[in-house]
Amino acid sequence: MANPQDSLSREHGGIPWKHVIGYILSIILTALALWVTFETGFSTRTILIIIFIFAFLQAALQLLMFMHMTESSEKKSKLTGNTQTGNILFAAFVAIVIVAGSVWVMGAGHGKHDHHKMDSKMEDMKMDGDMKMEHK
Amino acid sequence: MAHAEVHDHNTPLEYQSETGRLNILGFWVFLGAEIALFSTLFATYLVLMYRTGDGPTPHELFELKGVLIETFLLLTSSFTCGIAIHEMRRRNRKGLFIWMIITLALGAGFLGYEIYEFVTYVHEGAAIGTSAFWSGFFVIVGTHGLHVTMGIAWITLILIQVARRGLTPQTSAKVFISSLYWHFLDVVWIFIFTAVYLTGMVLHNG
Amino acid sequence: MKWDEFFVTGDPLIYGADVSIVLTVIGILFYLTYFKKWKWLWTEWLTTVDHKKLGIMYIASAVLMLFRGGVDALLMRVQLATPDSKFLDSQHYNEIFTTHGTIMIIFMAMPFLIGLINVVIPLQIGARDVAFPYLNAVSFWTFFIGAMLFNISFVIGGSPSAGWTSYMPLAGNELSPGPGQNYYLLGLQIAGIGTLLTGINFLVTILKMRAPGMTLFRMPVFTWSALITMIIIVFAFPILTVALALMTFDRLFGAHFFTLQGAGMDMLWANLFWLWGHPEVYIVVLPAFGMFSEIISAFSRKTIFGYKAMIWAMVIIAGYSFLVWVHHFFTMGQGELVNSVFSITTMIIGIPTGIKIFNWLFTMYKGKISFTTPMLWSLGFIVNFVIGGVTGVMLAMAAADYQYHNTYFLVAHFHYVLIAGTVFSCFAGLIFWYPKMFGYKLNERIGKWVFWVFNIGFNVCFIPQFILGLDGMPRRVYTYSAASGWGNMNMLSTVGGFLMGIAFLILVYNFYYSFRYSERENTGDSWGLGRTLEWATTSAVPPHYNFAVTPTVDSFDPLIKMKRNNVNLKPKIEDIKKIHMPDNSGVPFFMASFFFVAGFGLVFEWYWMGIVGLIGVFITLIIRSFDKNEGYYVSEEEIKETERLTV
Repeated sequence: MANPQDSLSREHGGIPWKHVIGYILSIILTALALWVTFETGFSTRTILIIIFIFAFLQAALQLLMFMHMTESSEKKSKLTGNTQTGNILFAAFVAIVIVAGSVWVMGAGHGKHDHHKMDSKMEDMKMDGDMKMEHK
Repeated sequence: MAHAEVHDHNTPLEYQSETGRLNILGFWVFLGAEIALFSTLFATYLVLMYRTGDGPTPHELFELKGVLIETFLLLTSSFTCGIAIHEMRRRNRKGLFIWMIITLALGAGFLGYEIYEFVTYVHEGAAIGTSAFWSGFFVIVGTHGLHVTMGIAWITLILIQVARRGLTPQTSAKVFISSLYWHFLDVVWIFIFTAVYLTGMVLHNG
Repeated sequence: MKWDEFFVTGDPLIYGADVSIVLTVIGILFYLTYFKKWKWLWTEWLTTVDHKKLGIMYIASAVLMLFRGGVDALLMRVQLATPDSKFLDSQHYNEIFTTHGTIMIIFMAMPFLIGLINVVIPLQIGARDVAFPYLNAVSFWTFFIGAMLFNISFVIGGSPSAGWTSYMPLAGNELSPGPGQNYYLLGLQIAGIGTLLTGINFLVTILKMRAPGMTLFRMPVFTWSALITMIIIVFAFPILTVALALMTFDRLFGAHFFTLQGAGMDMLWANLFWLWGHPEVYIVVLPAFGMFSEIISAFSRKTIFGYKAMIWAMVIIAGYSFLVWVHHFFTMGQGELVNSVFSITTMIIGIPTGIKIFNWLFTMYKGKISFTTPMLWSLGFIVNFVIGGVTGVMLAMAAADYQYHNTYFLVAHFHYVLIAGTVFSCFAGLIFWYPKMFGYKLNERIGKWVFWVFNIGFNVCFIPQFILGLDGMPRRVYTYSAASGWGNMNMLSTVGGFLMGIAFLILVYNFYYSFRYSERENTGDSWGLGRTLEWATTSAVPPHYNFAVTPTVDSFDPLIKMKRNNVNLKPKIEDIKKIHMPDNSGVPFFMASFFFVAGFGLVFEWYWMGIVGLIGVFITLIIRSFDKNEGYYVSEEEIKETERLTV
């Protein structure tokens, strides 16, 4: 967005193409994520990587097409737009540290020796029958 | 502090007052904090992913159809909310109202489905106290639902103000900020859809 | 619940506290009524949105909390002074170390720093107030109410006793029944709202409200440090918010996040707590670095050495502080790979801080140093903080940490970081900017006594703890046997603790003495060495609008350049224009009061009360939203009169 003022005045008339395109792309990305998850038969790891890339793309669509993230409130200065963008990028960094960091740290070491996963799965199978009896 | 007004016809109303500009930037910073908040909930949910204990697994209970309806409703509401702001920038108050009310209706529909989903799960034996997994599930999805509820109430209050005072630099800044909030809720939902529902189904499938 | 369970009973110390609280409250009410001060209290303080007054209230609350936390510390030191002591029982000791830690970090260190930031930063950047003055009042009142909610726990319902880290499952319902732990969760939650709002507020203030010409790289180091601190607050505090909420769900609604039942994961609490907790360390130490930079530069009469290196070091810390949290629980068993990675990241984070130490030293090099009290505290900081830093690098080695973990070595280490860093800076900053707040300096002669008694006491208290730690004394034990041989060192440590307590009393005496006898300042530049805009005001205590005419900046250390060019700081009469200022508001005070009602209700699991409180909070939010709050204008006549300008 070279000149924020331009993009603002462009919105004064007609059909808001930016929004329409953003909406259509969002729907497509959601559908693709579904297809990858249920129809492709990729390995779990591949599926997770692809659907998370789609999620980040879709979030970027919202931020850029709907939320006017890069738009600056003052004339002839990109300060606010850049601040807003930098803020969200730093938030993304913190988000990845929190999520990936926690999953990695909590899953390492004791995670390897933690038989909980297996136990609970076995218990699930056992409990399955009981649950159905209860509710049907 | 000063109301240094920028009287340029091209400048959107919400950016015309100093207060409006400061509030909008402040709200962006707040959204950064919200990202950290939801990330912590995502981290919790993912760490507790396999910890279903004696309770049911998500694979047993998650229903794709309801989730897809919720996703579609919220995604569309984010789009209509964007149109509402577009109309506001054209100084079209009527357009703003129509599209915002559609947005709120879609939001309410989303919320209705979510409550229905929660009630179903509880009936099927999965509540907040069932296991670590379900604690994580109900708190992350519930926190998002609470945000949607607050968003509906907040936008309603702001629309009342617009109806009373008209589109001024002050009221339009409020509308714009509430729209940012609404779009942000859709951003969060995208990740809930991916990390909670899809991931939950993929991992418990394999 | 019976009344004898509601009030804490059976301990003479608590009864003493009850009596003193009641007497203090009666005393305050009497004073306000007798001297007809209620209106003054309401209009000047409770409803104010002025950043300087809010800052003073923050600092006053922090000093009060320093007293409370300090008394806790001394009670612990008395208990530990001799082996097999019966002064406190184990439960009482646990409660005291919990409240000591929580209060000192959350309700003393942070508000003290935020208070100084409140007073100084808007002045330093040449602004009239912060970006969101109303929100600033909300911040203060939610912090204050959170602190009060936490503090009443020791007379009503019982204090939390699971440590300031509140590890699970100890902090769960089974091992910590009763309202104590709920006080911790709700008090911190409410205060945390205020902290987050402060973060947003000052971030926007510093980015958007600087005087014309003050580019980012002309900002004073303290302003930079505040900016970075606010970034860390904005992104770290939500983590604490969530962690506290999840534990609240565990305790109140039977969730299983951190419980041993229901497949919960107790270690996840430690993980989330330190994901916030480590950035928190930088939140309380970066503003300290900023203040020391200002003070060392001023009293060395030199521009800060390596300004850009200083700034980049802090910018790096902003992101990097999120990458070291695991070093707080190396012994929890996440394996050698994770521990090695975090061991390395932890050692690396020492580098930017090391750079700063050298910058301060080079700032002093060939400077003409005045050994005033703020400067003494800064010098004391450099020496003591290096000890804290070096022992920190020792702890950073995961393998070695298995030896130091949970011993007094660790306790001594973080007190060298937090007292020498944060507390010294709070004292230094308070003394340095005292004339800005009250129009007179604190007495220097008494101030030097405070410095020396505190410094000697501090080292006498904590050096023995390094030795005790290496000798294997674990932290958080309420007593030890005579056979352990730890008695002498503990006694020495206690003596040091009491010296610090005496220093605090001398400091309080200094407040009184200086109020009575200090010479009143009549220029804005009280020390005569000011380099930044807060010293460029026309009077010692700036008027509520700060600057009659917004200053223009064209260099770093702008006041030095103005002095060199003999610029007259008195505004020209033709430049005076009416000034727009925000209105006072009582709503933040009421909102916080409703938070108190809600928090208190949830602590005792009286849900009707919690709901009433929350409804109250929402009503205040709605009132604020519908309020047009357009502020008011200070007239030209009033400004001319305040600035003593005549036509």
